[in-house]
Amino acid sequence: MSDTTRTAEFAVELRDVRKSFGKTEIIRGANLAVRPGERVAIIGPNGAGKSTLFNLISGRFGSSSGDILLHGQKIDGLKPYEITRKGLARSFQVSNLFTRLTVFENLRCAVLWSLGYKYSFWKFLADAHDANDRAEELLEMLKLDKRRDVQAMNLTYAEQRALEIGITIAGGAGVILLDEPTAGMSRSETARFVNLIRDVTAGKTLLTVEHDMGVVFGLADKIAVLVYGEVIAFDTPERVRANARVQEAYLGSVLADQQAEAGQAAHGRAAGH
Amino acid sequence: MGRTLETRPHYHFKPWNVGRWVLWGLFAVVLTVAPLLWSSGFALTMLSQMGIAIIACLAYNILLGQGGMLSFGHAVYTGLGSFLAIHTLNMVADGRLALPVSLIPLAGAAGGLFFAALLGYVTTKKAGTTFAMITLGIGELVWSMSLMIPEFFGGEGGISGNRVVGAPVLGISFGPQLQVYYLIAVYCFISTALMFALTRTPLGRMLNAVRDNPERVEFVGYNTQRVRYIAFMISGLFSGIAGGLAAINFELVTAEVVGAGRSGAYLLFVFLGGATFFFGPIIGAVLMVVALVLLSELTQAWLLYLGLVFVFMVMYAPGGISSLIMMNLRVAAFGKLRPLLGSYLALVGTAATILVGAGAMIEMVYHLQLNEALGPELQFMGATLNARGFDSWFGAGFVLLVGVSLFELVRRQFARQWGITQEEIEREIKRREAAL
Repeated sequence: MSDTTRTAEFAVELRDVRKSFGKTEIIRGANLAVRPGERVAIIGPNGAGKSTLFNLISGRFGSSSGDILLHGQKIDGLKPYEITRKGLARSFQVSNLFTRLTVFENLRCAVLWSLGYKYSFWKFLADAHDANDRAEELLEMLKLDKRRDVQAMNLTYAEQRALEIGITIAGGAGVILLDEPTAGMSRSETARFVNLIRDVTAGKTLLTVEHDMGVVFGLADKIAVLVYGEVIAFDTPERVRANARVQEAYLGSVLADQQAEAGQAAHGRAAGH
Repeated sequence: MGRTLETRPHYHFKPWNVGRWVLWGLFAVVLTVAPLLWSSGFALTMLSQMGIAIIACLAYNILLGQGGMLSFGHAVYTGLGSFLAIHTLNMVADGRLALPVSLIPLAGAAGGLFFAALLGYVTTKKAGTTFAMITLGIGELVWSMSLMIPEFFGGEGGISGNRVVGAPVLGISFGPQLQVYYLIAVYCFISTALMFALTRTPLGRMLNAVRDNPERVEFVGYNTQRVRYIAFMISGLFSGIAGGLAAINFELVTAEVVGAGRSGAYLLFVFLGGATFFFGPIIGAVLMVVALVLLSELTQAWLLYLGLVFVFMVMYAPGGISSLIMMNLRVAAFGKLRPLLGSYLALVGTAATILVGAGAMIEMVYHLQLNEALGPELQFMGATLNARGFDSWFGAGFVLLVGVSLFELVRRQFARQWGITQEEIEREIKRREAAL
């Protein structure tokens, strides 16, 4: 396999990835190659397997067959923490926080490994200045500095979503997977949130699952359309829009409706699901 | 960054930070002064056991409170630590090993660590219910081994030793109980400090994260099994110290120290003391010794009372005594404790009434079952009861009924009052937050 020659070419690559639960095949030979720095939105009808695909890439589930590569290195079969250490981080559709820890502690936990603290019990957190500074910096970035010492479970929904993103990006991963980051947010919250996500993921390779077309156009420069476990199109928004197969399968009507608004106000629309 | 820290809201209640040095100083003073205040032989025995229990319970809480690991077999590690310590002590006595008696607990620590590393490797592969089941299984395994290998466990009679070995160093021979107490106190203080320090380290914090959400921990780069395993070994190490001290203290180690009963006691009393806060297990340990030594002297039905208290706590105060204390300190910090005091008095009064009624009935049943030969009469709280008389049963039942109904009334009223107080505090916090 010519893995080494491919190293620089793709940040994330899926080759004929399949996943079955029992007799049902959810992912049916998905192919996708994302270049470093590309910002990709994965869209598709409910049940197309978008979240499953994320779970496969991030190591939450093992794939049934096919290859998943991160910077040309095979990562399928690795544990989530091994994949995380290789520089891929993900967020969850339902906020997945350290509920009884404070906002600050949540963020600090998320940076510890990347700063090399590992399992150390011979040094104090108070002396881990780089970790503390990074966590404070994240607090300000996420506009959660006023809520620093509040337990994660006592945050508002929007704040929990922000913290969810914060934990994801805290470790400085180069490849970020966001699973419906704006799900359940109000229109105004979504608009603000898209700006936040754009800021904190600047310069990184971004894959996001999203239903809200406004968010899709606000964040992504490429769209992958997943239908019944297959990527049927992967291109710029304009070309995806024009793709006959996509229109037939799912997208035509949705996109046509939103083309006007989405074009000018990139992120103004509330979720349509 | 400095500015952010300064302007940060300060309403958060953190007594642990404010008076940390005061608290540690106080802890040292209490450990030092306690045997001077209660100097009788009996009191000294109890204080020594409390010191040992504090280490064991804190070590258990590394698993339960900090790591969310419900272990049903903690006595395995304190107990095996005890056995290793007593064997080491006997080797020292035989002249096969040169080691001061004051360092024997470290042999216990090594034993605890070794077996935690060995058995914990399997145990910590899993979390949650599976973890609990494995600890239960390993507890039973070690218990059955204790009967199969009398050479190590000493069979029915256990292994005895003599802590007075060799010439006294600086006049310390560890003959007198007071000297043993201070040895325990020193180990207790150092162990407590080290275990507290653990909660402030990267591993300690990730252990909390594993408790709260093991799945997410894997997605921030940590192997949850490794976190649990290391914590389990640290817990085993301190448990071993407790076990080693117990070996020196009692000069006898029997198989029951690895038994399920002992494991259950650790769980029960750590829960009573409260697993949420670091100091909860210390309260639990003190209660454990009081219950096991004093209460068992007072009444044969002590286990039954203990069970009742446990059920009561699980239902009404699942955070244990420490969280009751902390909740009320929070109320006090907002100056709202005074109006609650009346309700507390009423709660205590009605609870005591229940206790008298229920206690009278329990004691009569036990009297009938166990002391039949002594006739139907018994003494209970200064009154003479007739276990076969209608009056006594009617009286006890009446007191119980009155107690229960009054308690329920008071409790409902208190629950309302408590809810209102908490709402006021929340509003106050919001107000202060907005004022910033």
